[in-house]
Amino acid sequence: MVSNVKDTNIISISGLTKRFKNFAAVDNISFDVKKGEIFAFLGPNGAGKSTTIKMLTTLLEPTSGSVTINGHDPKNNKDAVRKSFGIVFQDPSLDIDMTALENLQYHAVLFKVPADIRKKRIEELLRFVELWDRKNDMVKTFSGGMKRRLEMARGLLHHPKIIFLDEPTLGLDPQTRNHIWNYLLEINQKEGMTIFFSTHYMEEAEKVAQRIAIIDHGRIVAIGSTAELEEKTKTATLEEAYIALTGSVIREEQVNGSDRMRLMGRMMGRN
Amino acid sequence: MSTIYILWLRQVKKYFRAKSRIIGSLGQPLLFLLVFGFGFGAIFQQAGQGNYLQFLTSGIIMMSVLFTAIFSGIDLIWDKQFGFLKETMVAPVPRWQIMLGKTVGGATVASIQGVIVFVLALFVGFKISDPLMLPVALLFIILIALLFTSLGVAIASIIEDMQGFQLIMNFMVMPIFFLSGALFPLQGLPTALEVVTRIDPLTYGVDGIRSALGGVGSFGMGMDMMVIVIVAVIFLGVGTYLFEKIQA
Ligand SMILES: Nc1ncnc2c1ncn2[C@@H]1O[C@H](COP(=O)(O)OP(=O)(O)OP(=O)(O)O)[C@@H](O)[C@H]1O
Ligand SMILES: [Mg+2]
Repeated sequence: MVSNVKDTNIISISGLTKRFKNFAAVDNISFDVKKGEIFAFLGPNGAGKSTTIKMLTTLLEPTSGSVTINGHDPKNNKDAVRKSFGIVFQDPSLDIDMTALENLQYHAVLFKVPADIRKKRIEELLRFVELWDRKNDMVKTFSGGMKRRLEMARGLLHHPKIIFLDEPTLGLDPQTRNHIWNYLLEINQKEGMTIFFSTHYMEEAEKVAQRIAIIDHGRIVAIGSTAELEEKTKTATLEEAYIALTGSVIREEQVNGSDRMRLMGRMMGRN
Repeated sequence: MSTIYILWLRQVKKYFRAKSRIIGSLGQPLLFLLVFGFGFGAIFQQAGQGNYLQFLTSGIIMMSVLFTAIFSGIDLIWDKQFGFLKETMVAPVPRWQIMLGKTVGGATVASIQGVIVFVLALFVGFKISDPLMLPVALLFIILIALLFTSLGVAIASIIEDMQGFQLIMNFMVMPIFFLSGALFPLQGLPTALEVVTRIDPLTYGVDGIRSALGGVGSFGMGMDMMVIVIVAVIFLGVGTYLFEKIQA
């Protein structure tokens, strides 16, 4: 695969910190991502991956530090930042009481996909994630993997310069995972779209990412290519390098109130 | 423009899809009309206040608009809880457009509900005196719907879960309804109660539509309308501000 990485930074993070009360979920992290780069973000449960992504995507106000996305600062120019990216969230984010088509139409309007290409683009993406036949079905009738595929289609609908994927392939079967990555890599090649993704699948990171950042307890513990990380830790695989860097203790995840509500909602069948 | 439209469309579509909910939400106003309208009718008449159903209908229409409007605004909490709000929040559109789309959508639904209750009241025996004033009555419905939907969105922006919602219902929405003159005339009240009724924005909605539908008003329709518009604009502004502050 030819590398499509440009020499300019499309994401710059400097001293970024997020505290919840006294707990630092993200603790003074700094790094850059280059235009066209495929960048993986690894770390144990509760390490601060999603919190970082939320700050990069204007959903969460940082406690301190600065961020530049596609040349814009989320602090004072949120809309310019929002125009630059697409996102697939870790948690469910579809309206399950609307159809697949309606979810995408809503997105297309809000993300300003020109009206004349809207229909074509939506069809193209629904066909790609193999949901075209189900386009008029309520999302609540979809399986977990189908919902994930729809979210993926939605994140790509407006052809963003950067796509943030927070554990995008969680719960997908291997065929679908491959299918989706092939498509992502194709857009990366053709349009130079930057891919920033978090995952717990080491082989996924190893296979597609040009660079990897490992975060633990809110701090970046290592950053570099797979080879560089292996060399640094004197290990033979990314998985071994990862364990060498983050230890083998299982993290107890702190569940906050809204997570609990979401779980309850899932049990009540809303998701 | 298209942002406001798509948010409006989502709200209205969902309303028409939940047919059982529409029917369910008509039970309460109908019960109030029948039980209160006929139950208190005799006393009201004896007190020299005329026909109670004629009086009560305006109050019950507005009750229905109030509840539906607050609910459609506050259902933002569900979007918050179940994740869909994040999708709207990362959209590159000004927050006031989102706020307005959501509010206009909710207000449309609440207005439809108000009109349905009006029609029900006609069947129960309510009589209009001047059909030419119906558009004015509708205008009051729409304005009150806008006012309370934006209040609902504002509240939903700051509360986290359905427990908070219960609190709001008991300590805000019910008092707004009971203290609005929906059920009793505003004249001859104890001073404290009189003051409270004057602070309650729904009072002006009830008073306005009551005048428009041929009853006796207290403040004059111009005054009613002015108060409602001012409060609605304030709530819209506050709602936009609070919405902007939501963190995911
Ligand atoms: N709104 C919040 N209030 C309080 N604490 C929070 C909040 N959101 C996240 N946290 C805490 O911040 C830490 C980092 O959470 P985050 O979701 O970023 O982890 P993550 O790396 O994405 O983990 P996972 O792999 O499980 O998704 C966790 O300890 C979490 O409990
Ligand atoms: Mg996460």
